[in-house]
Amino acid sequence: MLQIDKDLCIGCGICEDQCAFGAIHVVEGTATVGDACTLCGACVDACDIGALALTGTEKSVQMNLADWSGIWVYSEFRRGELASVSLELLGIGRKLADERKVPLAAVLIGYGTFDAAAKLVGHGADIVYRVDDEALRLFADDTYGAVMTSLIQEHRPEIVLAGATAIGRSFIPGVATLLNTGLTADCTKLEIRPEDGALLQTRPAFGGNIMATIECPATRPQMATVRPRVMKALEFDPQRTGKIVDIAPSAVQLQSRIEVVESVVSSGPKVNIQESDILVSGGRGLDNEKGFVLIEQLAKALNGDVSASRAAVDAGWIPYPHQVGQTGKTVAPKLYIACGISGAIQHVAGMQSADTIVAINRDKNAPIFNVADFGIVGDLYEILPKLIAKIEEQRGS
Amino acid sequence: MNIIVCIKQVPDAKDVRLDPKTNTLSREGVQSIMNPYDQHAVEEAVRIKESCGGEVTVLTMGPPQAEAVLRQAISCGADHGVLVSDRAFAGADTWATSYTLAKAIAAVGIFELILCGKQAIDGDTAQVGPGLAMRLDMPYVTCVQKVRQAGETDMVVERMMDDGFDVIKVRYPVLLTVVKDINVPRVPSLKGTMKAKKAVIKNLTAADIDADPALIGLPGSPTKVVKVFPPESRGERCMLTGTIDEQVEQLVGKLRPYLS
Repeated sequence: MLQIDKDLCIGCGICEDQCAFGAIHVVEGTATVGDACTLCGACVDACDIGALALTGTEKSVQMNLADWSGIWVYSEFRRGELASVSLELLGIGRKLADERKVPLAAVLIGYGTFDAAAKLVGHGADIVYRVDDEALRLFADDTYGAVMTSLIQEHRPEIVLAGATAIGRSFIPGVATLLNTGLTADCTKLEIRPEDGALLQTRPAFGGNIMATIECPATRPQMATVRPRVMKALEFDPQRTGKIVDIAPSAVQLQSRIEVVESVVSSGPKVNIQESDILVSGGRGLDNEKGFVLIEQLAKALNGDVSASRAAVDAGWIPYPHQVGQTGKTVAPKLYIACGISGAIQHVAGMQSADTIVAINRDKNAPIFNVADFGIVGDLYEILPKLIAKIEEQRGS
Repeated sequence: MNIIVCIKQVPDAKDVRLDPKTNTLSREGVQSIMNPYDQHAVEEAVRIKESCGGEVTVLTMGPPQAEAVLRQAISCGADHGVLVSDRAFAGADTWATSYTLAKAIAAVGIFELILCGKQAIDGDTAQVGPGLAMRLDMPYVTCVQKVRQAGETDMVVERMMDDGFDVIKVRYPVLLTVVKDINVPRVPSLKGTMKAKKAVIKNLTAADIDADPALIGLPGSPTKVVKVFPPESRGERCMLTGTIDEQVEQLVGKLRPYLS
């Protein structure tokens, strides 16, 4: 619990300001803590005089951590293709493995994986554990989870990474629960603490308003899902060598309690906006569905994809998979162009890690301009056609 | 059908602001709300009850004031509310939370269907639903965007994927996590509001659910927060000026790196 040394406390209120949960208040000159405390420790770090401390918070170490060695990444494979995040994970995995001086392994689960294993080696894997079986053609949480769990139990890697995709965010939490170990979601930064080799996992919380660095001190493996497009993949190097180990799944592992009756790929504009380099996003300010014709034209001119704010999705102008924001998707493209989006915090939470943000809005006071690198105030229906024409002209020349 | 919905009280994101001077969260006037995804889970549970019969229980783990979201769910059609509250639960990560919820659900009864929101908007982890299903040894389907059919022995649902959706058939008992596309939550009726006011909320402590003290709260959590800090602030914004044509010209100049 949070211990407050009432003799030391000077009632300065810095802890109160730091608390993201409104759990600590200065009452009659002394800090007091309420029920909303999540023991995050932000106040302890902020207290210059050391009046605050967290006690009785350590999980006892029950396993021999030294038995666990090596870095693993789960390589997502669907409809005959590796997810690009899988290659990005090998990029960061390679770095972590070199720092820890341990091998980097990729786990490839699916059917008809052909040259995918060789591709994983070329992008940095020392070992590929390949589980290729017709029963694994379609993703199911229980079959993929059982295969992954049993491999981890057998080989004992110290770190397991997966993409924070629909698939990774679904079955990896089940795996971590079965393994009785910690899992950190949606990491944007991973590093090794030099002193003890622990994995420090940094992720945004509170819709990106605060960042938290998490560790998993007492259990192994240390597990994290990593946001797509944050880590950099290594160039494919055909000279790189690695070992490919084929593993036959057991009949029990392939028994599924869920039946995938049908797997439907969305028609229309590409929906996996988390993988896009460039997004052109439309909001309420488009006034009607036809506005998305312009949004699509601009996206096409930029070789980008189309996304939207919640208001546009709720109005029925574009399907939900395109929604960016707190109740939609979190994206981190190189370029994000917000058209007619006011910039409510729920929307900003989903796009503020884009490299460059452009905002076009008729309201000069719209909060979207606070996060934009470049802003234009004006009528979209006047600006967008000119912008499209100008970009096409540039591309043509 | 016996349905239980796990819900969470969260700070309303629209009130959470970063103080630009101190770079800390300003909480002035921050309201607590029911996690938005959970509102859709409650709505779906009530719809299934209305078509298949049965009862809907809502359960939350949180401080005493989290009772408010239970009453809100009851006003929208849920039948019973369970508050799982104990200082010993504080600081729980998703692993300890799913353990606590599993123990609490086992203490409340047997359920064919468990519904959760896809994730809570304060933590955004989406890990508690799958973790809870594993502990209860149930199959689970995440990110359900549509319940096509809730039958006698099984259900057919659509789960949202990155590239489209999968249609999944699964037998009860099952746990589903839902996205907001699944339905439009109803507004509480006057009758519902009255019922919520009078409802007796069941309170459960760590002892009531027979939770192992070593597995709950911060001591039971495999993950630990090392530090919390504000995100790097974005660079200075640049408002373009001039006529529309001039602004478009300038913008295309700025976008040149992306036009190759």
